Amino acid sequence: MTNTVPVKISAKDVKVFYGENEALHGISMDVYQNEVISFIGPSGCGKSTFLRCMNRMNDTIEHCRVTGSITLDGRDIHEPALDVVQLRAQVGMVFQKPNPFPKSIYENIAYGPRLHGLAERKADLDDIVESSLRRAGLWNEVKDRLDQPGTGLSGGQQQRLCIARSIAVSPEVILMDEPCSALDPIATSIIEELIDELKQNFTIVIVTHNMQQAARVSDRTAFFHLGNLIEIGNTNDVFTNPQQKRTEDYITGRYG
Amino acid sequence: MTIIAENPIKAVAPPSQVQQKVIASLQKRHRKERLFRSLGLSAVLISLALVAVLFVNIFAKGMPAFWQSAITLDIYFDPKIIKVEEKPVQQAGESDNDFRQRDLAWQTQLGFINFNRLITDSLQQILPDASKHRRDLARVVTSGERFALRDMVVADPSIIGQTRTLHLLTDANIDVWLKGNIDRSLPDEQQQLSPKMREWVDKLAADGVITSRFSLALFMNPDSRSSLASAGLAGAFMGSFYMMLVVILLAVPMGVAAAIYLEEFAPRNRITDLVEVNINNLAAVPSIVFGLLGASVLIGWFNLPMSAPIVGGLVLSLMTLPTVIIATRSTLKAIPPSIRQAALGLGASKMQAIFHHVLPLAIPGILTGAILGVAQALGETAPLLLIGMKSFVASVPASPFEQATALPVQIYLWQGNELRNFFEARTSAAIIVLLMMMLSLNGLAIWLRKKYEKRW
Repeated sequence: MTNTVPVKISAKDVKVFYGENEALHGISMDVYQNEVISFIGPSGCGKSTFLRCMNRMNDTIEHCRVTGSITLDGRDIHEPALDVVQLRAQVGMVFQKPNPFPKSIYENIAYGPRLHGLAERKADLDDIVESSLRRAGLWNEVKDRLDQPGTGLSGGQQQRLCIARSIAVSPEVILMDEPCSALDPIATSIIEELIDELKQNFTIVIVTHNMQQAARVSDRTAFFHLGNLIEIGNTNDVFTNPQQKRTEDYITGRYG
Repeated sequence: MTIIAENPIKAVAPPSQVQQKVIASLQKRHRKERLFRSLGLSAVLISLALVAVLFVNIFAKGMPAFWQSAITLDIYFDPKIIKVEEKPVQQAGESDNDFRQRDLAWQTQLGFINFNRLITDSLQQILPDASKHRRDLARVVTSGERFALRDMVVADPSIIGQTRTLHLLTDANIDVWLKGNIDRSLPDEQQQLSPKMREWVDKLAADGVITSRFSLALFMNPDSRSSLASAGLAGAFMGSFYMMLVVILLAVPMGVAAAIYLEEFAPRNRITDLVEVNINNLAAVPSIVFGLLGASVLIGWFNLPMSAPIVGGLVLSLMTLPTVIIATRSTLKAIPPSIRQAALGLGASKMQAIFHHVLPLAIPGILTGAILGVAQALGETAPLLLIGMKSFVASVPASPFEQATALPVQIYLWQGNELRNFFEARTSAAIIVLLMMMLSLNGLAIWLRKKYEKRW
């Protein structure tokens, strides 16, 4: 990563509290435009919590408080003038467990664009649905059954449906919270290929437990431990030449 | 494969000490399991048997009441008895009010006419010795039927001078006698009917003049005390209907809205905790207390009419509210949070996430809760007693503000009627009607649940 790449998201001293309990102890990092950055670390290290700060999904959790600043394209995402709905349209999210709506495949994709008024005519909506499914590599599998329930697909297909759903609103950033943890290896490899393609158009932040996955898909890797960001760097460097002892211990499997 | 084949199966080794212990404890565990299963099964069987006994008992008692003795008579609408002017017709230039007054005056004239004469005259044709027993003669047909004859004339005055074959309800005691609900061997002084009357009734029944006909009166008439045979459930049914309307229009939307707010929007703090505890407490308040509240607040302070379904409906709404709230909240709780997150992650507002995704999934549960709450309200009696709905009301209410009674209260009132051997069956029939309404409400709940339940 060269310095000419613009910064997409910038976090400064982000702390997260669940009630009295401080879960993140001041995280600062930059996410660059059109890169894939992965967050790794043992369970409970705060990587998902930090991910959820980026589109303010933590707002939906009670007693959860976020301090510090996070900017998206230089604009503070916590500033009162910025509507969280607008933020989430810009920063999409894919969850750990595939969670398609219990509606048809078409409706799953069309919901977001309809919500934000992205399509004026039915034909436009059809186009968005088709292109989103194509980009998620799902079109050929489902084009003949768009009216079938999205929950009737296999786990891997469901997750790609969720990815298609989130890209249908044309976000700039896609947050992925362990998107492959509920999938088998074949479905996982399909999603990984998909992430590689999506990187052309989107900035992708992915939380993963699978270090090989982080090594395969990401440009940069951040290692979290006990609510701290221990190390961040080019994926190759982090895995082959970690600067911190704890990072090395983790990636060599001494704990985690 | 070959390797396995070369090794013969070894002789079974005696079980080790650990295994022996496991086997011993296994037997104990299995015994416990069998005991528990048989206990559960017998509990289910006992309750099923009790329900069966209840149903068989009620149906055996109540079904005969749906058929009632009626006498087939040729009624001559004798112009010599029905001496009235022509039914008034509105004339050109006459105001509506003037016409209505003339019409009322004409109806009042009709009210003075002894329509019972038409019945006794007709009876005299088939009972040759009738003239000697005029008192008995006047009692063969139940007294309410004379008003039916009057209503026929009011509806169509051209009937005067014509003969119509009508099925008129007999007196309640005749029905009792013919159904064998009174011991025929009792001495005269203990019989409700005079010896002459009993002789007539048996003869008329043998001739097919008195027959058992499906009792429309039970469904079409309000309660009656002067003409017991024509006492019906229409008044109580409409009273219950209006109350259910009030409950459905008030308790269900309010309860669902309150539940959505409490579950999805309200902050968790002391006040909402207090509200939550109190809703649960409200569900446990004895229903009669709600009746007291209705009497003192709704009738005492707000001066709503006594015995009116509107008050009953309000009281029952209050009683149903916690049921609806609790059912709705638990349904909302059961909707997987992943659906909410998916919608929020796409940029739906909280309101949109709830109304587009959570509520549609919750609808079957909400409907079930609401309908069970309404069914519970339908069967409620105690609070209605306190707001005056146990009074005898001899008309069918035309609006929720008119005096009425309710089905369960009607059951209670008929249960206490003096003419036991007539009203015992009528009471059971009313219970059957109430049970049928409950069953259809429950059936509706199941149907709606199946209809909206999408297990995608």
